[in-house]
Amino acid sequence: MADLVSHPDEVKVVSRRFGQGAANLDRYLELDGYKAVQKALSIGPDAVINEMKASNLRGRGGAGFPTGMKWSFVPKQAPKPKYVLCNGDESEPGTCKDRLILEHDPHSVIEGVVVAGIAVGSHTGYIYIRGEYRYLSEIMQKALADAYARGFLGKNIFGSGYDFDVYWHGGAGAYEVGEESALMESLEGKRGVPRIRPPFPAVVGLWGGPTVINNVETLASVPHIMLGGGEWYASLGTPKNGGTRLFCLSGHVAKPGVYELPLGYNLKKMIFEVGGGIRDGNKLKAVTPGGSSTPVLKADECDVGMDFDQLMKAGSMLGSGGVVVLDDTTCMVKYLQRIMMFYQHESCGWCIPCREGTDWLKKTLNRFHAGGGVEKDIGNIQYLAENMLGRTFCPLGDAAAMPAISIVKKYRNEFEDHLNGRPCPLEAKALEAVPA
Amino acid sequence: MPDVNITVDGKKLAVPAGTLLIEACKSVGIEVPSFCYYPGLSLQGACRMCLVKIEKMPKLQTACTTVVTEGMVVSTEIDEVRQARKAMLELLLANHPLDCPVCDAGGECELQDMTFSYGAAESKLIDIKNHKDEQQWSPVVYFDRPRCIMCYRCVRICGEGMDVWALGTANRGSAQLIMPNHSDYLECEECGMCIDICPVGALTSGAYRYKTRPWEMKHVGTVCTHCADGCKTTLGVRRSPTGMQIVRGDNRDKSGINGDFLCIKGRYAFDFASHDHRIQQPLIRREGRHVPASYDQAYEHIALRLKEIREQHGGHAIGVIGSTRTSNEESYLLQKFARLLLGTNNIDHHRTADFPSFAGALARKKDATASMRDVFNAPAILLIGNDPTEQHPLLAWQIRNNVRLHRARLYVVNSSPIKLRRQAASFTQIPAGSEPQLAAFLAGDDSAANALASGEITREALAALRDKLRGEPNLIIIFGSELRGSSIDSLVRFGAAISGAKFVCLGDYANSRGAADMGLYPDLLPGYVPVGSGARFHEEWGAPVPTEPGMNLLQMVDAAKAGRLKALYIVGANPVARYNLDPFALSKTFIVAHDMFLTETALLAEVILPAANAYEKSGTFTNTCGDLQLLKKAGDITTVKSDFEMLLRVADRLGFDLRQLVPFRQAERADLGQSRGAQSGEADRHAIWLEAHGLEPKLSPFDPIAMLDEIQRLVPGYDVSRVELLAGNDQHTSIEAGVASSIASQPELILPANDTLFTSGTLGRYSRTLNSVIENPRRAPADKADREVVV
Ligand SMILES: Cc1cc2nc3c(=O)[nH]c(=O)nc-3n(C[C@H](O)[C@H](O)[C@H](O)COP(=O)(O)O)c2cc1C
Ligand code: SF4
Ligand code: SF4
Ligand code: SF4
Ligand code: FES
Repeated sequence: MADLVSHPDEVKVVSRRFGQGAANLDRYLELDGYKAVQKALSIGPDAVINEMKASNLRGRGGAGFPTGMKWSFVPKQAPKPKYVLCNGDESEPGTCKDRLILEHDPHSVIEGVVVAGIAVGSHTGYIYIRGEYRYLSEIMQKALADAYARGFLGKNIFGSGYDFDVYWHGGAGAYEVGEESALMESLEGKRGVPRIRPPFPAVVGLWGGPTVINNVETLASVPHIMLGGGEWYASLGTPKNGGTRLFCLSGHVAKPGVYELPLGYNLKKMIFEVGGGIRDGNKLKAVTPGGSSTPVLKADECDVGMDFDQLMKAGSMLGSGGVVVLDDTTCMVKYLQRIMMFYQHESCGWCIPCREGTDWLKKTLNRFHAGGGVEKDIGNIQYLAENMLGRTFCPLGDAAAMPAISIVKKYRNEFEDHLNGRPCPLEAKALEAVPA
Repeated sequence: MPDVNITVDGKKLAVPAGTLLIEACKSVGIEVPSFCYYPGLSLQGACRMCLVKIEKMPKLQTACTTVVTEGMVVSTEIDEVRQARKAMLELLLANHPLDCPVCDAGGECELQDMTFSYGAAESKLIDIKNHKDEQQWSPVVYFDRPRCIMCYRCVRICGEGMDVWALGTANRGSAQLIMPNHSDYLECEECGMCIDICPVGALTSGAYRYKTRPWEMKHVGTVCTHCADGCKTTLGVRRSPTGMQIVRGDNRDKSGINGDFLCIKGRYAFDFASHDHRIQQPLIRREGRHVPASYDQAYEHIALRLKEIREQHGGHAIGVIGSTRTSNEESYLLQKFARLLLGTNNIDHHRTADFPSFAGALARKKDATASMRDVFNAPAILLIGNDPTEQHPLLAWQIRNNVRLHRARLYVVNSSPIKLRRQAASFTQIPAGSEPQLAAFLAGDDSAANALASGEITREALAALRDKLRGEPNLIIIFGSELRGSSIDSLVRFGAAISGAKFVCLGDYANSRGAADMGLYPDLLPGYVPVGSGARFHEEWGAPVPTEPGMNLLQMVDAAKAGRLKALYIVGANPVARYNLDPFALSKTFIVAHDMFLTETALLAEVILPAANAYEKSGTFTNTCGDLQLLKKAGDITTVKSDFEMLLRVADRLGFDLRQLVPFRQAERADLGQSRGAQSGEADRHAIWLEAHGLEPKLSPFDPIAMLDEIQRLVPGYDVSRVELLAGNDQHTSIEAGVASSIASQPELILPANDTLFTSGTLGRYSRTLNSVIENPRRAPADKADREVVV
């Protein structure tokens, strides 16, 4: 179980109930639990969607798509059942926020699913939890059973005449099934490979029915928006970037942890004030601002507001909120090598550029970092990544290509330092520093 | 819906709404490269070869998954697109073993072609390639992972096309591979569709691998000689010391009625032709032993004995048994030989369906039979009896894919839960043997329901089925040999009330329908004309022929036993095994057999003539639907001769004027343009045209096309387009008897072959490939086989 951290700049919305025993249903009810569902039932679908639009909530899974708009795409009438899916496959390196929500506040996720269901006219929700989060699945199963026992789920919820079922489903350990259409395949019992789009899930999703799929944090934010109002939520963040989000601050900062900060919060401030600065008095070298797939920012590019639009302008992405801070003892070649090991391992293999591209990037980087690099490797790394970018079947290929392109571009000198059979200079230094 | 206007590379075009961009480009001759896209199979978007630029879209888009929209502006040849293609190829080749020099697919590999066209010859990457050893999955299928480009065509053709679902993908990322249903071996229909559809050499066949290179073969498109469906198969032929050897069968020519399809028999069971046991020279029995003889000696011996018997005992002391695998021309010649020359109507063949009753029932009905192509396009199909998956693989493919791609409604009525029920809108299981009652019930006899109803199949359900079928215009009604005689009449009466209904009667071997159409019956002349009413044949043949019906096959055997039948002339048939005859019943009879092998029947013969098979001769076949197709000779084998030629040689020895048997002419061969230096293709087309219009003289009595001339003139329903036929296209004949009532169809003589996917009568016993599958120890025994992999 993860330790909780805190900082005065935090604005606690989603993390409000963290550490308060809210996994217990009674405790949750004391903390305004299940009021959002009742409100949604009373105001009706259109009003719920309007609140969501007003909130400027953007998806916390990575792409940052406006949630209210996503819900509004679901057709009112559909020949097949509609579904709400909660994406709890959280696997992007550097990202560890959904686990806290699932651990400390599982009912808020259930509530978010039900509200989404009411909004789009669905009667079934699935909460998909990554295979490695076994202990969280147990918490979720209990939460669901408790909610059923009280009649908050199932037939005629809260006496409203509305039926809603929520099921839990465990993954088998694949980053790729976090991709929404691959998740649906997995949920249907098939291999976790993405689907061709269009059609988009809002029209043809799980079992062919219209489907809303949202991240855990996105859905956990929903009850707060229901109760606090869309406008209030929007006012917490920056224009078009409503609310707060959980930033997973990791790497070489003094006080790593998950902090809830308003959107638009300055990155530098996040590192040096919230995170307590760089560890051991080292210097900041680079930051991966939104999970390992986002392009790295150099130290001098970190004076930027952490919202979707400002980071986009800065040449990176807000992504999944995983802020990985690297100090000047970090070998960027090694960092990229490690990232690539992940994507090579997680590529589903469906399309040529990602399957082959990640494999050759990994092989090249492994050899390169070990001192076997030759000049043309640097160009090859760039070439491979550039030829994957935008051409793969799903964004995993992009996720592997973006850090590679940015790191080679911004730290080319470090690659050159590895040439001519020289072992990693930073690693050599690190070895020297270890007392005999 | 109005057409959609788009612009591709500056060309403006209008295509139907819903068209895929890749197809739209193809329609104006712009090739967008693709690996995973395959018409008729589900879309994948996996290979990314078809990326094109579409205006207003930031990223390149896959042309294979993009549906055209109004005003779309597309570029397929800009640098960005070219670079994307090149990169895909580089990435594919990076881990490719580059073993083209030894790969079966070399020379006809899509990866080679793409590399040649789009250039990725330089290899940039220097790390070690991932390797995995080649695997043998079954006697037929081998898999070489390093050559696989992961286009998933094999997976889809097996699942979607064949409904077998024996292949899948396993592992992920660069470790991903194609895996068979038993993880390290494959249990399936062994159709080889996956091998044929594989764009590279990742899947290869046990029958062909490492045998030759594609450019060293001649490719001959002919008709499969196994079941009665008539798939077009392309034989890969190589020269060999005995003349030629067939080394491969596939369907690179997809123009046939079978499109993409071939089953294991059409694809691999050509190998009976080079079986060691093939008879290499004529044999004559002397003092109880078969000893080699020259053709001359054999013809002489036959002619002498036949003449003797005919003179002493008359023509009715001689019987003739024809074949279900010889060409129409040969069957036609054989019955003419029997009637005209031997003076007998004692002629028959192994009957597998009641075609005479079918013809009789259809009397005076126009266009009442469905072609194999119709089966793929009909809005609704009723299938009574038979198990096409096993006995009519192409028909099953047509039905299945019609349901899948055109949403046809399939109604299956069978006594067993046959596999095609999985495609059926309704499956009705009736007690074994109650098919005739079903026909009667459909025709309106409600009392017949008593024999049919049981369990879930209530009288109401049966009535509902009948009502539903009555409301299916253009229904195709397909029935197996369970229905004979008057049951066929009932069924046709039922169909007559449905507008546009057509029929298919299922017989069992490659040219069973041809044998029937060509009059291998004791009471019927070609075209189901009763022997007593064959004026037009008598006129053409210029000689009287016996007008009394002769003996049927079983009567002939009885007569032989009783000593009344003195001679039996058997061409390409094995009645002793098929009808389980007592060999001693024939011990007093003079028997001539044309055969490839020393079958149970051939062994009884006094003279055995080594016969060419359908792959070694020209002519035509008629499939069970009535589609007439051209047989193209793969080549000559030095030691054997066609039945056509051998019959004529015997006739000649009997002193008969061959011109009376085969209407060949004397004339100068026409100039095919050689005098003005025409290219070979042009000359070929010209030759076909001359031939088709009867302008090309048949200079030799051995030219079966001369016989086809007569068939087309005299056999009702065979007056189809010659040009089309000779150009290699199927032509649907019609079946109709002049006088329905006079036909005595003797349904008791019908003996269905009951072949499975891996058997093919006597012929199949000599196929190494079929035997290797049947004997594969890893396969469940046939009686326990559950080839239906649960999806
Ligand atoms: C390779 C890949 C992995 C992903 N993994 C996750 C994940 O673990 N959790 C998640 O919520 N979204 C993930 N996504 C994003 C989802 O596809 C989808 O956009 C998201 O669940 C939508 O929810 P949101 O709108 O609430 O963000 C992933 C996307 C890709 C391409
Ligand atoms: S980019 Fe292609 S191979 Fe990679 S995960 Fe997506 S679909 Fe699979
Ligand atoms: S084996 Fe052939 S058909 Fe199958 S996926 Fe590989 S390349 Fe494609
Ligand atoms: S379906 Fe019949 S005709 Fe076609 S390949 Fe198989 S055996 Fe030959
Ligand atoms: S052909 Fe379009 S992706 Fe393969």
